[in-house]
Formats: sequence, C-alpha cells, structure tokens
Amino acid sequence: MESQRCQMQPAGKEDLCTLRRRKGGGKTSEREAIRAGRLGGSEGANGRPAAASEDTNGRPVEVKRSLQDGHRRTGTCSVLALVAVLSLITRFYKILEPPHICWDETHFGKMGSYYINRTFFFDVHPPLGKMLIGLAGHLTGYDGSFPFIRPGDKYEDHDYWGMRGFCALLGSCLPPIAYLTVQELSRSSTAALIAAATLVFDTGCITISQYILLDPILMFFIMGSVLCTVKFNQQRHRPFSAPWWLWLVLTGVNLAGALGVKFVGLFVIMLVGLNTAWDLWRLLGDLDLPLAEFWKHLSARVFGLILLPLTLYIMIFAVHFVVLKKSGPGDGFFSSAFQSRLIGNNLHNASMPEYLAYGSTVTVKNIRIAGGYLHSHWHLYPEGVGARQQQVTGYLHKDYNNLWLVQRPNNSEDLSRTPDLVRHGDVIRLEHKETTRFLHSHLHKAPLTKKHLQVTGYGINGTGDPNDLWQVEVCGGRQGDPVKVLRSKVRFLHRATGCVLYSTGKTLPKWGWEQVEVTCSPYLKETPNSQWNIEDHINHKLPNISLSLLKPSFLEILVESHIVMIRGNSGLKPKDHESSSKPWHWPVNYQGLRFSGVNETEYRVYLLGNPVIWWLNLLSIGLYLLMATTAAVLFQRGVQLGGRSQERCQVLLDGGGLLFLGWLLHYLPFYTMGRILYYHHYFPAMLFSSMLTGITLDILLQCGDLLFPLAVARHLHRAAQGLLLSAFIYSFYLFHPLSYGMRGPLAHDPASAMAGLRWMESWEF
Amino acid sequence: MLESIKLPITVKADVNLVLVALTLMGLVTRLCGINFPKAVVFDEVYYGQFVSLYMKQLFFIDESGPPLGHMILALGAYLGGFDGNFVWDRIGAEYTSNVPVWSLRVIPALAGALCVPLGYQVMVELRYSHLTAVGATLLLLLENALIVQSRFMLLESLLIFFLLTAVLFYLRFHNAYSSGERSLTLWVWLVMSGVSCACALGVKYTGVFTYMLLLGLAVFHTWQLIGNQALSNALVMVQVMVRSFALLILPVLCYFGFFYVHLSLLCRSGPHDPMMSSAFQASLEGGLSRITQWQPLEVAYGSQVTLRSVSSKPVPCWLHSHRVNYPIRYEDGRGSSHQQQITCYPFKDVNNWWVIKDPGRQELVVSSPPQTVKHGDIIQLVHGMTSRFLNTHDVAAPVSPHLQEVSGYIDFNVSMPSQNLWKVEILNRESERAVWKTIYSEVQLVHVNTSAVLKLSGASLPEWGFRQLEVVGDKLSKGYQQRWAWNVEEHRYGRSHEQKEREQELHSPTHIDISRNLTFIDKFLEVQLKMLTMKIEETEHKYSSSPLEWVTMDTNIVYWLHPSSNAQIHLIGNIVTWTFANLGLALFSLLFIWYLLRRRRNIHDIPEETWHQFVQAGAVCAGGWVVNYLPFFMMEKTLFLYHYLPALTFKILLLSVVIEHLHVHIFRSSLQRRSLEGVLLAGLALVYVCYHTLSPFTYGYPELSSEDIPFLRWRESWDILIRQH
Repeated sequence: MESQRCQMQPAGKEDLCTLRRRKGGGKTSEREAIRAGRLGGSEGANGRPAAASEDTNGRPVEVKRSLQDGHRRTGTCSVLALVAVLSLITRFYKILEPPHICWDETHFGKMGSYYINRTFFFDVHPPLGKMLIGLAGHLTGYDGSFPFIRPGDKYEDHDYWGMRGFCALLGSCLPPIAYLTVQELSRSSTAALIAAATLVFDTGCITISQYILLDPILMFFIMGSVLCTVKFNQQRHRPFSAPWWLWLVLTGVNLAGALGVKFVGLFVIMLVGLNTAWDLWRLLGDLDLPLAEFWKHLSARVFGLILLPLTLYIMIFAVHFVVLKKSGPGDGFFSSAFQSRLIGNNLHNASMPEYLAYGSTVTVKNIRIAGGYLHSHWHLYPEGVGARQQQVTGYLHKDYNNLWLVQRPNNSEDLSRTPDLVRHGDVIRLEHKETTRFLHSHLHKAPLTKKHLQVTGYGINGTGDPNDLWQVEVCGGRQGDPVKVLRSKVRFLHRATGCVLYSTGKTLPKWGWEQVEVTCSPYLKETPNSQWNIEDHINHKLPNISLSLLKPSFLEILVESHIVMIRGNSGLKPKDHESSSKPWHWPVNYQGLRFSGVNETEYRVYLLGNPVIWWLNLLSIGLYLLMATTAAVLFQRGVQLGGRSQERCQVLLDGGGLLFLGWLLHYLPFYTMGRILYYHHYFPAMLFSSMLTGITLDILLQCGDLLFPLAVARHLHRAAQGLLLSAFIYSFYLFHPLSYGMRGPLAHDPASAMAGLRWMESWEF
Repeated sequence: MLESIKLPITVKADVNLVLVALTLMGLVTRLCGINFPKAVVFDEVYYGQFVSLYMKQLFFIDESGPPLGHMILALGAYLGGFDGNFVWDRIGAEYTSNVPVWSLRVIPALAGALCVPLGYQVMVELRYSHLTAVGATLLLLLENALIVQSRFMLLESLLIFFLLTAVLFYLRFHNAYSSGERSLTLWVWLVMSGVSCACALGVKYTGVFTYMLLLGLAVFHTWQLIGNQALSNALVMVQVMVRSFALLILPVLCYFGFFYVHLSLLCRSGPHDPMMSSAFQASLEGGLSRITQWQPLEVAYGSQVTLRSVSSKPVPCWLHSHRVNYPIRYEDGRGSSHQQQITCYPFKDVNNWWVIKDPGRQELVVSSPPQTVKHGDIIQLVHGMTSRFLNTHDVAAPVSPHLQEVSGYIDFNVSMPSQNLWKVEILNRESERAVWKTIYSEVQLVHVNTSAVLKLSGASLPEWGFRQLEVVGDKLSKGYQQRWAWNVEEHRYGRSHEQKEREQELHSPTHIDISRNLTFIDKFLEVQLKMLTMKIEETEHKYSSSPLEWVTMDTNIVYWLHPSSNAQIHLIGNIVTWTFANLGLALFSLLFIWYLLRRRRNIHDIPEETWHQFVQAGAVCAGGWVVNYLPFFMMEKTLFLYHYLPALTFKILLLSVVIEHLHVHIFRSSLQRRSLEGVLLAGLALVYVCYHTLSPFTYGYPELSSEDIPFLRWRESWDILIRQH
C-alpha cells in the first residue's frame, strides 16, 4: 500500500514546486523538492526528486507539465470565478422577497435583536450564529426594534436586508469552497465542477441560504473546516512552514466557528479529529522521523485543533455574557445565582429577609437546572388525569402565579408581632397567592410519571384538609435549623403520604400549557429534582438584608449554560400531533419544509432540494460504495493496475473516503437522536454527499477509457459532463419557483407554474 | 465371520477432569435448591405471564424482546406440566401447588451453569494456558451476580450462554481453519456460531451487539483471506460466500424460524388482540374469528357491516353514530350543522352497524345473486339503528375546524342539501375492478361532491360527544395515511326489509361462512413492526440505575424478601471480582496502547505471535465488554444492573488474559513471578471469602439477623432491607 501511495504523490508536489520556481530562484526550489521527497518518508524511498517524475511512457515531462499546469491554473481560476459569480447571483436574486418573517427567522432574527438590545435570552444553540446575525444587523443599520413575533409579520421599514444578505453571502461561499476542496482531493477540475454545480443549482441550498437562519453560517464553517483540513493535508511535505501553520490555524478557527453556531459542529470536529489521528499514526510509523519531531507534530496539532478552538469557543461565550447584561426572557432557565448578575433582575443587588419566616410571600425554584418555579394557575387538571383539581406545574418564566404564602398548619399567625422563622422539621402549608389554593397531594397518579402522586391546588380561603401539610427539610440540616433564602436546599415532604415534592422535567401536554410536570415522588433519594430553593422572599415585618450572593465564576456560568442548552435540546420532543420528519426521508428528498405561505393567494417558498440533484446524490452514494469496494478488493488481491487506474482507485479511496466519512458522520447520528428532527438537518450531510458525487461521477466517466479508445473516451467524457451540467441547469430552471417564490394555484392545478412537477405525492407545493 | 471382530472392544476417552470438576461445581452453585424461594422473584412476575400465555396458547405481544427467550422458559414449564393457571401480579406472591417451580427455573440455571465451562473453553481457544482458563472459570463460578441471575426464571443467563457459544464456535472455526484443517466439522463450527448468534439475538435484542462484534471479526479475517494472493480467485469467492451464508443469511433464517414457532404456538386470541389488524385477529382462534368465521367474504349492496379504522391510534375504533345531534354552537362560538353525530367508538356496539346501499335502489337487502361492491363504485352508507345517511359538507368539523364535518344527514329545510354519495377506493387492490372484501380490503371512502376523504382525526370530542373520537372529511388526500383507511370487520348479508326487523337482525350475531389465511411473512412483519414501534411507557423503577453506576456496582436490586423474616435475595456481584476486573481492563488498555505505539516505532517488546494472541483476546474480551456496555448510554429505556452482566462476563475473561500476560511477559524474574503467584492466590482466596460472605444475599439462605445485615451493607448506595420487629 505504501508504495502505491507514493506513486501518486509527485502530481501533488509538482504544483508547489513549479509555482515556487516561477517565483524564486531555481536552486532553492530544487533543494526543497529533494527535502520534500525525503520528509515524505517512504515516498522518498526511491530517492528520485519529485519534480522529475515521468509520464506513463517513461519520458521526462517536466517542462511540458509545467506549461500545462500554467494553462490549467488559469482555467481553474476562471471556472472558480464563474462558480463564485453564479452562486452569488443565485443566492442574492430576490433576497428581499418575501418582505415578511419566514419560518425560523422569527427565532433567529429575534435573538439577533436581543444582542442589539443586550437583553438576556435562552436558546438551545451556542451563541456565535446569533451574535453574527446581530452584528450584521447592527452594521447595516437595523436598530433591534422589530419584535419578530410570528412568521408572516411584515418587516415594513425595518432594515432586514443586512441580516439576510450576510447569511446569503456565507451561503454563496459554499460552492466555491466545494470546488476548491474537490479540486484538492481529486486533482480533477471536472469533479470539482460537478460538485460545485450540484450546490449552485440546488434549490434547497439556495433557499436555506437566503433567510436569517443559522444553517448558512453553520455550513460555511463546516465547509471551511473541511477545505482547510484538506489544504493542510496537502502541506504534509513541508511541515512547520508558513502555509502549513496557516491552514492548521484556519482549521482550528473554523472548527470553533462550527461548534459555536450549533452543536452539529461536533460532527465535523469528529471528522477532522479522525483525519488528524490517521495523519499522526502515519507520522509515528515513519521511522525516519525522530521521536522529538513527532512530539513537535503532536503538540502543534493539539495547539491548533484543540486548544485554539477551545479558547475561541470559550471566548464566544465570554462575549455572549458580556454583551447580554440586561434581564430578559431567558432568566428563569438559570439558577438564582446566575440571575443575580443580570441588570433589571429582581435578584440583582437583591436585599430581602435572610431567613424564611411564616407569613412570607415566596417563589420556590427547583434546584435541577431548568427545573422551573413552583407554579399554579386557575386551570384544572382535565378529566381522566387524576383528580379534577387545580393544576400545579413548574414554570420557567417569572410570573405572579409563582408566588406562594408560607403558613402554619392552623393558620394561627399572630399578625402583630415579628413572625417566627420556619425551621427544619416544621410542618407548613403553602398557599398559592393568586388563587388561594393550598399545595396539595393525594393518592392519585401523577399525569405523566404514573408511579408518582399528583400534586394539585386544593381548598379555598384558608380551609383545606390534612393533605395540604408539608414538612420542611433543609438538606444537610438538623432539627431547628432556619431556612436560608437562596442558599438552603429545601425538600418538602408530604405529611400524609410521605412522598417528596418533585419536578420530573417532563413537559405536560397542551392542557398543561406545556409547562413542566410537578409530582410527589415516593422515592426519597436526594436528587436535584426533589430539592428546591426559596428565591424571592417578601416579608415586610422583617428587616431586609443585602445578600452578597455567591457570584458565580465564569467557568460555573459556562458549565451551567451548557447543561441548560443540552437539557433544552433533549427536551425538544415531537409533540403528539406533529409528524416528525424521519432521517430516512432526507436523502430521498421525501418531504420539504414550508418557509412561507400555504394558500393559493400567498407568496409561497418551499424548502426542497432539486430532486434531480438529490436523487443523483443518492445514486452516487450507491455507486461510490460499489466502486470503492471494487477498488479496495483489487488492491487487497494485489492486482496490478495501470498507472492511471491506480491513481483513480487511490483518489476514490482517499479523497472519496474522507467525504464519505463526512457524510456518515453528519447523517447517521440523527438516527439515535430522540429530539424532534427537521428536513434542514440534512443539509450539512448533503454538502458532503454533493462533493462525493463530483468525485464518483468524474471517476466513473474517466473509466470510459477502459472500454473505448482514448480519443473516443475523451469525447464521451466531455459530452457526459456537458449533459450532466445541462440537466442540472434545466432542472434548476424547472424548480426555481420553490426558492424564488410562487404565487397562484397549487401544483395540482394545471394553471400553476409548478404543474406536473409534483413528482412525489408528499411534496406540499 | 467371528474373526472379523477384533477383541477386546475398547473405548479411548480423553476426559479433562478439571473441566468436569468445574462443570460440576457450576451445576452445584447454580442448581442447588432452586426451588427456594417458592414465591415470585423479581422479573419472574413479568416473564411468568408470558409463560402462562404460552401454556394456554394465547396470542400476546411483548415489546421487550424477540420470542426465543420466552419460548425456552415456556419449554421448561411445558416439561414440568404447568397448566398456566397462576396470577402473576406481584413480586413475592407464593406459588400455588400447580406451578412446577423447579422446572420453570431449571433451564436458565442450566444455561448459567454451562457458562462456567464455556468460559474455560473460550480461554483455551484464545490460546491461553489451561491454568489461566481455570482461573477465569473460577472467577465466573464464584460471581454472585451471575449466580443470582441464573437461578430464577430470567433471560440473562440464556443470553450469556448463547453469546459465549457464538464466540467459542467462531474461534474454534477460525483456529481450525488457520491451522490448515479442512474437514466437515470445521464448517459445522461456523454454522453453529451463526445459529448461536441468532439465538442470542432471539433472546434479547441486545444480543445484536455481540453479533456485530463477531461479524466485524469475521469480516477482518475474511479480508485477510482476500489478501492472501496464494489462493485462487474462485476459492476466495467460495470462502466469502460460505462465510456470509453462515453468518449473515443463516441467522436471519433462524430469526424467522423463532417467529414461526412463536406464531404457530400462539394460535388463540389473547390479551393483545385489539392492537392487531382485523386480518390478524381473524387468523387467531376464538377472538375475532369466532365472530367472523361464518361471514361472507365479498361486500355487496345491502351488506350490514362494521367499519374499523385501520389506524389503531389513539385506540382501535369503529365508525359509529347515535341519536344525538351536534350542538348548534360549540364552546368557541362556531356554529355546526346540528345534524346527527358521527364518531368513532372504541367498543363493540350495535350502533357500529352500517348498511351499504346502492344509490339507484331503495331496498336495503342483498339481492340474489349478491351484487358485489367493486373499486370505484359509488355507495351510500345508512346507519343501521337510526337510518341516517353518512354525509359530509362544507361545515367546519367540531374539534379540527380546518377539516370538514361528517354527519348523519337530517333535512332541516335550511337549504343544506344532503351530500351522501361516497366512492369506494380499495387501497390494497390487486386489479382496477377488485371486489371489496371483508377484513382484507383497506378502503378509502371519497366523498363525491367535495372529494373529501373520511378520516379519523385522532382527537376526542368534548362532553357533548361522549368523548368519542372525531371523524372528519379531509380534502388533502394524497398519499397514504392509515387514518384515511377503513376495513369491514363484521359483515353479513342483510335480509330484513323492515326497519324493526333489521334492528332485530343487527342485535343478533353474524353467522355465515368464510375462511382465510394470512401468510407467515405478513404475520411476522405485522408482529415485528408492532413490537418495534409499540410505545413503551417510560417507567421509572425503584431499582433502575444508570450505566455509570454499574462499573463500580453502586447499585443493587432487591429480588425477593421473605414475608416474615430477614431472608432476602439481592442482585449483588462479587465486589472483589468486579474491582479486579476493572483493574484488568485498565491495565489491558494501557498495555495495548503502549505496545501499539511502540510497534509503530518498530520496537517489539513481545514476540509477534504473542502480540497477535493479545490482540485477538482483546478484540473478543475487551471488545465484548465495549459492545455490551457502551450502547446502553444511548438507550432511553429503563435500565437495570442486570443489563451489565454480559459485559461483565467478557470483562472477567479479560482479567485472566491480562494476568497470564503479566506473568509470562512482564514479570521476567522468578522472584517477581513468585510474588505475583502469591498475590493471585491471595486474590482468589479473597474472591472466595467475598462470595461466601455475600452468599446469604445470593441464595436467600441462611436467614440473617437484623444485626448482621448492616455489616453486609458495604456501600452506602446499596438498598438493603431490614425488617423491624
């Protein structure tokens, strides 16, 4: 295998050498080339300077090649420029249409505004993408005043073009990057062109790049990482040179960017990680390389691919927390300590009575991160769900319905004197301030967690029953200890049944307003779910003491926000009536996503990949597997292939292998995810699939020379390439209304622009 | 004649006495006194109910795993003559005298006992010394958790047994093949390995992980074979084919076989009937088939039918109407047509009967010969008890306002004409003029005027609709949705001309003949899909645990507690073995990485042969641990400590691999070896002491006093019960 690999290296090295020769003196480059050969390890074993390679006939071809290279280079540049221009045009055409909020713009536009307004919010994704959107908006004159309430709202005279334009700009970088990557991997401009064309003319890629979404930003960083890794791989013969460092650092930066936008970035990190591990393994096996040199390689990669991205990623969060300093809609998701750093939050520079007392008004927060406040409201549990009494839930937002009164069991509070403190072991009642019901539990099953007991609001205006009694227990406390506000962890044990007040973290169905289930658990293990703290504490008869809260360190904030994000992500379960998209739908382009509009009169945009391209991608994956297996078996059987076939097989296995691995890593993990999935999750994988299509089809076309004479094969190759491109363009012409907007009748009507194009019943346009 | 007989007739037998002794000890530790306790222990309560159902041959669906494990347990019950009459309702319930406790528990116990010599054989096949194999076997023998799990009617010991046989047979095959042996037995080993894999998968889905590991190993070996250029292409092809048959196709066939036996055994209607399709139910004795047995097959004009929604979500139900109208105004202020309600009702009821009427004919009886309804025909549906026509119109449906209301038409003279023509579209038709068949045809009813499709919306009606399910007309009707499809379940040809007579007739049971069969593949697919897609209610269990707690055994499970004394049985492992096994795993990983990196730099610390042996042992044992442990982190179901036992078995085998390696290759001087041997003996003694000390929790005997128990609670997190007197 080693010797096979070395035969194709010259082609790669030659480029660099000829390039340098054109710039500098001949002598140095000659030496460089020799060193490159030596450092290449076994490649250099034949002792031949790389530049003086021979063609298949054994004739020296240096001069001819370099001339050819020059032509190819200018050709490549012009094709690349064409790709870039085309992708800019396709992405920016009708960028301002429709002038209303489309689909998830309502989230990400809103979050961009939050950065401009500096109010704190919570989202399940890391902040970089939204920060960039906010920045783009800020620089183009958007002032953050548009509320982004629901899809379909008109932008009126707000400057939204900057944010959309920014996303479209990043989106238009994808085809050129794909071109360069495939060019680098396969050394074939045909493959690169096919790959770039699939992306340029894919309606799905266009649509997803045109709106204020995280996906174009994410895809940009993913593709950036891949390109930089590939470029870095090509520099392996000149380690520690300036371009080597450049590509290494750029890879790291892009990885940090990808992870900073969405956790999907982890997949590309895995890809780069595997690639690096393989590279290091190769270096370790190179016995000419001293061990000290290997350590240098290892530490450079640790720096560039671990430490640097990690630092950048943490810095993104640092910026996030510095920018968002005002209290906002995300407060309730975080712990009391966290909230105290937000301006405008009631815990900011808080002062309140230090110990919990009878007669106080309090809010009670679950210790489990994102467990919610103990909450109740006028609505009853529906029939069939336990007793038909008032609901008690966990609610993540601040609300007057979170307020509870602490009372003695007999309500014998002497109103005139200083109130007594509540102590460990005391039996109390909690009265819901708004509805005057008591916190109550009884032997009915809880709504979702059937082994727990239901918790309700019961009784009215001070009359209740023994099931309203709860015993206060300070965790780690002893009989008679007072309850410290904010700092004590408290458990509430139900007197009558012996269970403990518990927040399960499960989301109630619609009747419970999708709030968190609160139950009484018979399992008395001490878990954060059963521990609560007193957050707000109002008692006018007690002196307020300024609480110098344990201000959390940055590291604690970082960890806490990650836990909240991960919880939030796994909490996004498909609802009962929503039909979740299945991962197997995606590669077959089974069903798209409505970005805007449903009816005939509305302006409709539908996210759906160009079916010709997507089905070709699917076919190519099958073809690739077949071809790669054949190639691998041929190598394993030691069949002697001609130089050209050998080279092709190698490209197929190495370059194609990397892309195929990327596709797998960006696709398969979705099968194991329990959260709700959408069609657009496939787009990063689709990028890899498209690049793989480029390589696979190109090699398949090249293989024509196995059947036909060279001249015929070359014509065939060109014809097939032309045919493929025109098929892309024609299908794009057919399906372009999906991206650029449709009005008028739906596709089943012959009068529609899309008539006859609904090739699958499941497409909704 | 007599000369040809050579005397004396002799038999030469090689008996590995050590192995026999170990097997016997395995049998003693696993089988002794399995009658005790004579009460339901832990998950016996779960598997027991299925055993009972097997005994009574009643159909059931268990989403927890494929049927082989249940069937093996049922085999024990069958051999013991169990009649299936026992109420499996709570752990700790005393067995009645008709329950053959011994034979229910003996098969898992035997499997558990045989795991001991299997461990020995696997070690030998991995080419480790017999002494090492004895060591590994002793550790398996004295492992309390494995003993507890084997002694009751549970599946883990069967699973581990099949996993070990699969590994053993494959290694045998591979060793024999690479040593140049080419005989029939060689291929028998391979086939046996494939069958064992299928059995492991058939007992529990988690068996698939070890199967995958073994497949990986086989692919690797085959890949080397392909690389062997001394072999001819044809030979390589044959090898690849044979191996993929034995390890890919054969297991799949076996898996089908288990289901075949399962479905042939369970031929009577049982508790899970309503989850299955009508066709499936009709194939079972007693249930729906009792009603449908004598039904006419082809639906004709004048037929009296009940229409069941093909979708059984949220519940299976039948198209229904009753003499109550939609309220004039709904709670949200929208108006309705105030016509008769049409719902879907989840219980059998006389109001579920409908009569199929030819729009061109007045009579509601079947003509002779019967005029059958075909795909594309237009029909009217008349409600049997109230004679209202099934109707839909452009009025918003009660709960799903974006869809059309479906009603039983009443003419209020308010310029709302009746629109009661429906086109029959048979979804699973074989030809364009297919006849509508009872039970088999899935039919979509398309409204002629509005081209809406009769659909079960899935929502429940409020109080005024008696909380029955809403039925609507849906205009977006492309593709296939189960909620659009209906099938005729009960069916008879109507004979009565008069409404009064017809009502009489509707109340009487149906009784005409048809008979039918579903093919095995249809049944298999239906059952398997139901098992995989059945929503398992996420239950929290008192003794459930997370995989992280397993490695260090921070958790235990109480299996049984004596009703009056402190005798109790726990799933607690031999903590000494567990700790040593963890150390072994860590040591193995370090050594492996060390050797691997050094070899890459061309430094060979150990001979090539030893390295290959080390890698193979690692692939099987460490690999076995990894594939049986890590996947649990991704599972969302309720997990228990016993899920860790297959992984533990492999980890124990790995421990002895590491010890032999240390002894032979790391400790070179005799002093070091002596001290290692000393440590090992002391370790074994410690293992025995631990086994012996914990054995009251393992066997439930002898009974402990409340003073003794706290001393056995070695970890804070263990849940051990003390009865207060």
